Amino acid sequence: MAGAEGDDSLYPIAVLIDELRNEDVQLRLNSIKKLSTIALALGVERTRTELLPFLTDTIYDEDEVLLALAEQLGSFTVLVGGPEFVHNLLPPLESLATVEETVVRDKAVESLRKISQEHSPVDLEVHFVPLVKRLASGDWFTSRTSACGLFSVCYPRVSSSVKADIRQHFRTLCSDDTPMVRRAAASKLGEFAKVLELDYVKSDIIPLFTALASDEQDSVRLLAVEAGVSIATLLPQEDLEALVMATLRQAAEDKSWRVRYMVADKFSELQKAVGPEITKTDLVPAFQNLLKDCEAEVRAAAANKVKVFCENLPEDSRETIIMTHILPCVKELVSDTNQHVKSALASVIMSLSTILGKDNTVEHLLPLFLVQLKDECPEVRLNIISNLDCVNEVIGIRQLSQSLLPAIVELAEDAKWRVRLAIIEYMPLLAGQLGVEFFDEKLNSLCMAWLIDHVFAIREAATCNLMKLVEKFGAVWAQNTIVPKVLGMANDSNYLHRMTTLFCINALSEVCGQEITTKHMLPVVLKMSTDQVANVRFNVARSLQKIGPVLDSSALQAEVKPVLEKLATDQDMDVKYFALEAISVLALA
Amino acid sequence: MLSPVLCSDLAALEPEYTEADVISTVEFNQSGEFLATGDRGGRVVIFQREPQGEYNVYSTFQSHEPEFDYLKSLEIEEKINKIRWLPLHNPAHFLLATNDKTIKLWKVSERDKRAEGYNLRDEEGRLKDLSTVTTLQVPVLRPMDLLVEASPRRVFANAHAYHINSISVNSDCETYLSADDLRINLWHLNITDRSFNIVDLKPENMEDLSEVITVAEFHPHHCHLLAFSSSTGTTRLCDMRARALCDQHAKLFEEAVDPSRRSFFSEIVSSVSDVKFSHSGRYLLTRDYLTVKVWDINMENKPVETYQVHDYLRTKLCSLYESDCIFDKFECAWNGTDSVIMTGAYNNYFRMFDRASLRDVTLEASREVCKRRAVLQPRRVCVGKKRKETDVSVDSLDFRKKILHTAWHPEENIIAIAASNNLYIFQDRLTPNGHHNTPEIQSAPPKWQTQANPPTY
Repeated sequence: MAGAEGDDSLYPIAVLIDELRNEDVQLRLNSIKKLSTIALALGVERTRTELLPFLTDTIYDEDEVLLALAEQLGSFTVLVGGPEFVHNLLPPLESLATVEETVVRDKAVESLRKISQEHSPVDLEVHFVPLVKRLASGDWFTSRTSACGLFSVCYPRVSSSVKADIRQHFRTLCSDDTPMVRRAAASKLGEFAKVLELDYVKSDIIPLFTALASDEQDSVRLLAVEAGVSIATLLPQEDLEALVMATLRQAAEDKSWRVRYMVADKFSELQKAVGPEITKTDLVPAFQNLLKDCEAEVRAAAANKVKVFCENLPEDSRETIIMTHILPCVKELVSDTNQHVKSALASVIMSLSTILGKDNTVEHLLPLFLVQLKDECPEVRLNIISNLDCVNEVIGIRQLSQSLLPAIVELAEDAKWRVRLAIIEYMPLLAGQLGVEFFDEKLNSLCMAWLIDHVFAIREAATCNLMKLVEKFGAVWAQNTIVPKVLGMANDSNYLHRMTTLFCINALSEVCGQEITTKHMLPVVLKMSTDQVANVRFNVARSLQKIGPVLDSSALQAEVKPVLEKLATDQDMDVKYFALEAISVLALA
Repeated sequence: MLSPVLCSDLAALEPEYTEADVISTVEFNQSGEFLATGDRGGRVVIFQREPQGEYNVYSTFQSHEPEFDYLKSLEIEEKINKIRWLPLHNPAHFLLATNDKTIKLWKVSERDKRAEGYNLRDEEGRLKDLSTVTTLQVPVLRPMDLLVEASPRRVFANAHAYHINSISVNSDCETYLSADDLRINLWHLNITDRSFNIVDLKPENMEDLSEVITVAEFHPHHCHLLAFSSSTGTTRLCDMRARALCDQHAKLFEEAVDPSRRSFFSEIVSSVSDVKFSHSGRYLLTRDYLTVKVWDINMENKPVETYQVHDYLRTKLCSLYESDCIFDKFECAWNGTDSVIMTGAYNNYFRMFDRASLRDVTLEASREVCKRRAVLQPRRVCVGKKRKETDVSVDSLDFRKKILHTAWHPEENIIAIAASNNLYIFQDRLTPNGHHNTPEIQSAPPKWQTQANPPTY
């Protein structure tokens, strides 16, 4: 097809091909991303015989170019002539699967997995499986690690003799000399087990799992944990104890904290995989140990799982197990020495109340919430406050409000602005939970104080907060409580505070509606157009542009237009610019 | 041991050299086929062993440039403090090089093909007449002369407040550590934007500071063990399995000092300047100012072997202190079978100790004595009156000529010695090509020999 139509159609493609090896990486990258255009122009025949051989040897390039190439080749089947010719894509992907850069290799493997589905069963055995075997017995660990991810996609679709061969290759990789390959094998073990026949899971996978789970390298053992979870889901209940539980118990007590951390991190998956009986006999004591682990990282990971673990306990014995086994550990964690552990716990502890019901919550959990609300670490307090809704549903928030208020006030005045910012974000939630009266009485003044915070991010968040509060409590409430205070700031001597008034108006005009905006806000904005600070004046122009759509046309013509026109002749360049912008956006010219 | 033959003498031929040319680190790769040096000018030079056994320059590149930290108003020197090779990945070679603040991962690779055939230009780059372009041409790769390229793959920066003194790759091949005066950080080789602090000696109040970290190294086989030494003469072994933060050591190797011998210089000379795990992983070799010690990692209270490197300096500590020489950081090295130890000294001398026979030898690496194929003569330093013509008096030692950096080939009896801007590579003459006997001290005369046709640096 190329050439026939003459130079016009040829030229752009010729440029693309030449730029495949331009010195500028960005141009090469662009060209690679349009590889399908090049292939289309060359036609399937030349793509197979010329383009792909060239790409196979182009592994010297920058990672980003190779990554793009690996991705492109995954959807190239049509361009080489359809499934019948898909094996032509294997050589370039094979060479990409051996480069040293992990992301490129992973992408090449992903594309290989994708095109494996487009191979016919015969092609799979003739072309794809030999490639997997070549990679699996390659000299360099990079090719062997890539091979690990390819076994599971070809196994289900090949004959039983090839299957045996594949299993043998996988076994070899599991005992590779280099930890990198063993890690890759361990991370793909679960996936491979899923496509194996159950008998082979028992005879092949279990010994491999046991071996990897007692590898000398911590980094291999910790990956075996995840594989163990996948394998456990595949096995019938009666085989679990004999085949995997001993190894999993050993992992939960591993000498290396990183392995125990992994167990804690995968605990809810593990719980689902082994079922309720083993959960009761084995996982409960294991979980208790993880919650009491000597390494804070492990305790924090386990603390994060408290809620999910408790939720998934078998219903008949859930409450007893929590009250007698889990809660005592949780109580200790409340006064843990490490703040990450405490804050992990604080993010889930509130949801225990839904599981335990009103009486237990009041008697056992409430004291813990109160302790955490007084914690020295702001993150712990924030996590408690951010989850108030769980408790509200069970016991109502009144029980907590006496302790809540001092905690909120303290966070609101924290020296770190990021802490103040975080509590502001919870204000609308709190307002919803506590109701308008409590809010007006206790929290309104805090919200107003944030408007004059010395950090801009806080002032900005405070204006946004006001808008959300008005959405919750309505325009009438806004008019009575916050609008007067906000407008009052327009006369402040500090120009930053005067600007805050404008920012608040920007945020509030829409939720407050036309009447309040026209009657109360607009006069203030217009009055500020004569401010002596240029920053205030151009923000007046921006505010007018923002609130314009809320106003009716008579107000726009009669009041806004003259002011903007005057600002458009201001001596300050920025004021002029924004005034003219407002005039054109509001179509007042 | 040691029949040293100079097989490559990779020095600048002119005697004049600048400060930037001074070699600051020497390291063989895992197979010994490659040797890397770093210098004060931020350059890394890689040598490859030829089939005949000589090492020739393979690649030279600028790893670090001088920088300025604007926040702290500090100059950051480009000097390469340490180089560590990564285990082989693929045909390319990877190494970590660090200056005081920034660690870089370099890839050194070969390219022997070049793409040919443009659509719109000819091979000289001139635009073709567009009317002649009637078909599309896909470039073809053609063989070309071998080109060795060094490219920076990762930059690990902004993690050290103090000067980095060590880097060490973990046996898991995916993590490495970097140590500065007060902290040790753990990195993942693929992740440059964060590292984990695993040891932190920084006291709340800097006035309480009593020691600094001098060297840190991972165990060669056990991924969870690391050793670090301090300026107080102790070496600690940490187990990363026990805790995420390894401030509490698993073992502390320290020899009790005889209080009667304690002096003003005791602590300074006991500061550990280098630590090396033996290849077996069983022993730790530590170098302090006057001695090298071998510790069994199962015995903490005293070293199993102590070798005097230059005990004759004990009476000269005062003048060495005044000239700052007492703070020189000498490195030490094991041979491939852990049976011989090597370390440097002054006057361009270096020392070797055979652990089994307890023989030792002093050799000199200098331009005057190292002739190709010539055998190195042992040196003797005497205190007081000379007993032999060839003896050298302590007072005539040149303390400006020091051998701080040495490296031993991981398997064979090949050693690399850096003496200021010169790199000397010696090999055991008795060693037949490709085969090696367990080294033992030969009866006199030792036969380290020089090699013909020195390549230029």
